[in-house]
Amino acid sequence: MTEPAPSAPLATPSGAEEAPARTLVATQGVSKYFPVPGRLFRRGERFVRAVDGVSLRVRQGETVGLVGESGCGKSTLGRLILRLIEPTFGRVIYDGLDITRRSQRDLRPLRRRMQIIFQDPYSSLNPRMTVREVVGEAIRVHRLAKTRAQEEARIVELLERVGLRADAMDRYPHEFSGGQRQRIGIARALAVEPEFIVCDEPVSALDVSIQAQIVNLLVELQETLGISYLFVSHDLQLVEHVSHRVAVMYLGKIVEQASAPMLYERPRHPYTVALLRAAPRPDPEHKRVRLVLEGEVPSAIDPPAGCPFHPRCERAVAGTCDVEDPPFEEMPRDSGHRVACWNPVP
Amino acid sequence: MDDALLRVRDLVTSFHTDRGVLRAVDQVTFDVPRATTVALVGESGCGKSVTALSILRLVTSPPGRIESGTVELEGRDLLQISERAMREVRGNLVSMIFQEPMTSLNPVYTIGWQIIEAVRLHRTRSRRVARARAIELLHLVGISDPDVHVDAYPHQLSGGQRQRAMIAMALACEPRLLLADEPTTALDVTIAAQILGLLSSLQQRLKMSILLITHDLGIVAENAEHVVVMYAGRVVEVAPVRDLFAAPAHPYTRGLLGSLPRPNAGRTHRLAAIEGIVPDLIALPTGCRFADRCAMRIDRCTREEPDLMAFEPGRSSRCWRASEVSP
Repeated sequence: MTEPAPSAPLATPSGAEEAPARTLVATQGVSKYFPVPGRLFRRGERFVRAVDGVSLRVRQGETVGLVGESGCGKSTLGRLILRLIEPTFGRVIYDGLDITRRSQRDLRPLRRRMQIIFQDPYSSLNPRMTVREVVGEAIRVHRLAKTRAQEEARIVELLERVGLRADAMDRYPHEFSGGQRQRIGIARALAVEPEFIVCDEPVSALDVSIQAQIVNLLVELQETLGISYLFVSHDLQLVEHVSHRVAVMYLGKIVEQASAPMLYERPRHPYTVALLRAAPRPDPEHKRVRLVLEGEVPSAIDPPAGCPFHPRCERAVAGTCDVEDPPFEEMPRDSGHRVACWNPVP
Repeated sequence: MDDALLRVRDLVTSFHTDRGVLRAVDQVTFDVPRATTVALVGESGCGKSVTALSILRLVTSPPGRIESGTVELEGRDLLQISERAMREVRGNLVSMIFQEPMTSLNPVYTIGWQIIEAVRLHRTRSRRVARARAIELLHLVGISDPDVHVDAYPHQLSGGQRQRAMIAMALACEPRLLLADEPTTALDVTIAAQILGLLSSLQQRLKMSILLITHDLGIVAENAEHVVVMYAGRVVEVAPVRDLFAAPAHPYTRGLLGSLPRPNAGRTHRLAAIEGIVPDLIALPTGCRFADRCAMRIDRCTREEPDLMAFEPGRSSRCWRASEVSP
């Protein structure tokens, strides 16, 4: 099942993105349509376009932030990349290999290299397993330790790496606080020495002071182990802090993508601008011009014609934005800054 | 703050659990001035929601119990009045909205019916007048086609619309005080901004006070005039919003501010996390409750708990070294 690595540049050809690191994960026009349930006699007619033709890549050692509001498809995209759900169209390339059509069994060797950390540390750990079992399971499944003693030593090492004491081993998840449980989830992910981790809202369920602990830990792990992250979050400030590059999703599509400083300093897509303005800033001196985005996200079952954002967009051009979906274009050329908009913010 | 609408003094609310008695709210003292927003800030379990529930005497008992203190609304202690008199206060003088609108919306009744009930309970007997008022309220909170949506069930509305419907219900009788418990936490940022904008315009219109309970310091900065910071059941700092952000006077407040990502700070900047975790409310330390996580701890902190001490008009801190926190 091994295919030769495609020699052409993946997904979106780019001229000038600084880091020459190799592309670890890429999607090419990946889509996930979920059939809409509840229409008993006319099945299979309507679909939710949760993810709609997304091309994204993550390089080695890089953090790509994926932001958007609930239902925009960001978590689905993370799961598609890991093949936890199957894409309807498009391809997922892992380290040069097309893994879209691989059987789960053939995926097994790759599973070791990619992991996921979930939002809710309360429901993602089996309450009947001790920490030793939770972390040790992955080591055993992938046969990463030869002896019992080796496995034990490895668990201790992992716990210490994530800031837990070795005596946590024989305790159960409910005995830990939310932040500590998230540390256990991270230790479990690290057990197989992954190169790539999808962090799906990893700190949203945690208190502010604990969020900072976990975010610092994730950044440190990247620096020491060279892990790549796809960091899925609705928290714009947090994403700015952790990401090298950021992609903004709206109704299943990426509408803007750029390096973190570029995106936050000069957002071009009106939706990105609205998101950034809507996020409250912890600074009472900063009296923002309240530009409140009107309306709500339309349904992904019958997305609007043309640009999905046009019904809420104050820059929408009648006759264009409501007719044709804008291409995802680099502007200016070779900047690595891509925008899907007919009338971007200058 | 002589003109306080609400004056909470030494409020203690405890819960009787299998493991022992836990004081979720412990000697909490603060004021809410008229037509002002006061933010009650803190992390989960600090007692901020229980404080709000105690003000309305809605703490489930058992296991909860309001032990002592006073909650004066326009000079009248709500903890001393009869349950019957309290029912006149709830929804009429003081209303509450929640993070999850389904906490207060009943799924089997239309939103109009629920608002009409509130209006008829406190204002008018006439069903027709109450219905007109409900439609007016739905319009006020920005629900489109209010004369149609008045007959909608909660599940037929989106999350943001439900939040608006709940606000309409809470405001039906134009309360003096609105207790807003994490009103936008479950909403997306663009919808949250709409709801917060709505609350502030309604506040100006109705001249009501808002006690805004939140963990989000961004929301505090943009919406509150005064801030009360809670930690492990205690108020640890009280300050006008600008002073709090410019020069926090408690190490916990400073820690919270430091743990936020800063714009343009870059990835290499480490967030100033507060190490450790919140103490167990059943096995509290002898001294300051924040001491074991505090970077400024001295010997005295672990022996003796400081009082909430005023050091400037409108500012107080529960720290032995308050003056050194923001040098």
